[in-house]
Amino acid sequence: MNTIIIAIVSVTVIGLVCSVLLSVVSKLMHVEVDERVILVRSLLPGANCGACGYSGCDRYAAALVEGAAQPNICTPGGADLAKQLSSIMGLEDGGVVRRMAMVHCLGDTETKRAKMEYTGMNTCRAVKLHFGGQNACAFGCVGFGDCLKVCPSDAICIEKGLAHIRPRQCSGCGLCVKACPYDLISVENASVAVAVLCKNTEKGAVLKDKCQVGCIGCMKCVKECPADAIQANDFLAVIDYAQCTGCGKCVSVCVKKCIIGF
Amino acid sequence: MDFRGMIVIMMSAVLVNNYVLRKFLGVCPFLGVSKDIKSSMGMGIAIMFVMLLASVVTWPIQTYLLHANGLGFMRTVVFILVIATLVQIVEIVLKRYIPPLYDALGVYLPLMTTNCAILAVTISNVSNELTFAQSMVNAFGSGLGFFLAMVLFTSVRQQTEASQPPEPFKGMPITLISAAILSMAFFAFEGVVENLFG
Repeated sequence: MNTIIIAIVSVTVIGLVCSVLLSVVSKLMHVEVDERVILVRSLLPGANCGACGYSGCDRYAAALVEGAAQPNICTPGGADLAKQLSSIMGLEDGGVVRRMAMVHCLGDTETKRAKMEYTGMNTCRAVKLHFGGQNACAFGCVGFGDCLKVCPSDAICIEKGLAHIRPRQCSGCGLCVKACPYDLISVENASVAVAVLCKNTEKGAVLKDKCQVGCIGCMKCVKECPADAIQANDFLAVIDYAQCTGCGKCVSVCVKKCIIGF
Repeated sequence: MDFRGMIVIMMSAVLVNNYVLRKFLGVCPFLGVSKDIKSSMGMGIAIMFVMLLASVVTWPIQTYLLHANGLGFMRTVVFILVIATLVQIVEIVLKRYIPPLYDALGVYLPLMTTNCAILAVTISNVSNELTFAQSMVNAFGSGLGFFLAMVLFTSVRQQTEASQPPEPFKGMPITLISAAILSMAFFAFEGVVENLFG
């Protein structure tokens, strides 16, 4: 009986000491956190995508309140968030340019030719090391979804061996751009009207055999463009968005249908 | 101080009695945080730190408080209490004085306030009747063993994630199988340490 009493008393005392210690320490060591940081953090989407250039939403919230960052650099949050953040910080709302990723390849399993049956490691990076990929075209999408794995907003899907972006879900954070070993993805302003969805720089005669929808550099769009916004070096058309007016004439003349209008 | 004895304690804590791979304790963070090398290293270092700290505090409590009053049987409850308090205090102090370290370890510290591997180290210290210095070495070795197991397993796991196992083995099954094989590999250290340093 005596042992039980001693045990109960001593454990209670230890517990009390611990709780007192803990509350004293938490009072003494209390860190003042600017309440704006907490407010800003609660408004941020919490994707921790890093599109703002900070290592996560927590860091961005701290930098914003310190005055080191602008309120309009969070692309997933969009214009609404920028407005809210600006009013919290008492800054002028600069607005957000909505950005969107696009995959510069149109070749799915039906339109492009495979040169081998690949059964190795299941990543784009690995398949690229293996003779440049399983497709005859060594520039195009291999469809193992390295981009899909890093996308924080579930905006990428793989269909028939080709990555597609779902424009509504894409926040334009650009993580997929870094993930793609073929450099097929670029992030553009969501307002762009047309895009060349091919990256192959091979001659038309060579490419024709490999893919039905690749740019062969026929120069039709270059001649058609009224704003001189398209260049075609290396048998590949490239649009200069600074000059593009979005008239869409290039879309209608493209013989391979690899210029797409949005 | 018995230097050779210390090395034996250290090496057997790292290799022979590895907490994760031989005693199957602390498997939860072992499987949970082993997806990428950075966070597994963070977890390993945090575990090492907490194991040392917990041993520093619990050894005197056991020796001068519990053992002296014949309350050795209460150590599990008391140790959990003390370790949980301690980790909380460390977290608060880190947040105040060393914010970068808090950012790095902050996620992992609350995860292991009541981690079984930590508790097991402190209990094995007292039940094997180690001296204070030996307890420190044992705690450090156990932490190092945990770190080693985490880093090794993360590398294995990154390979299995990228490969194509048969459909029923995808995900957790292949992870558990590779953990089992790694654990079996550690059985090879049995007897090695005693013969090398003993």
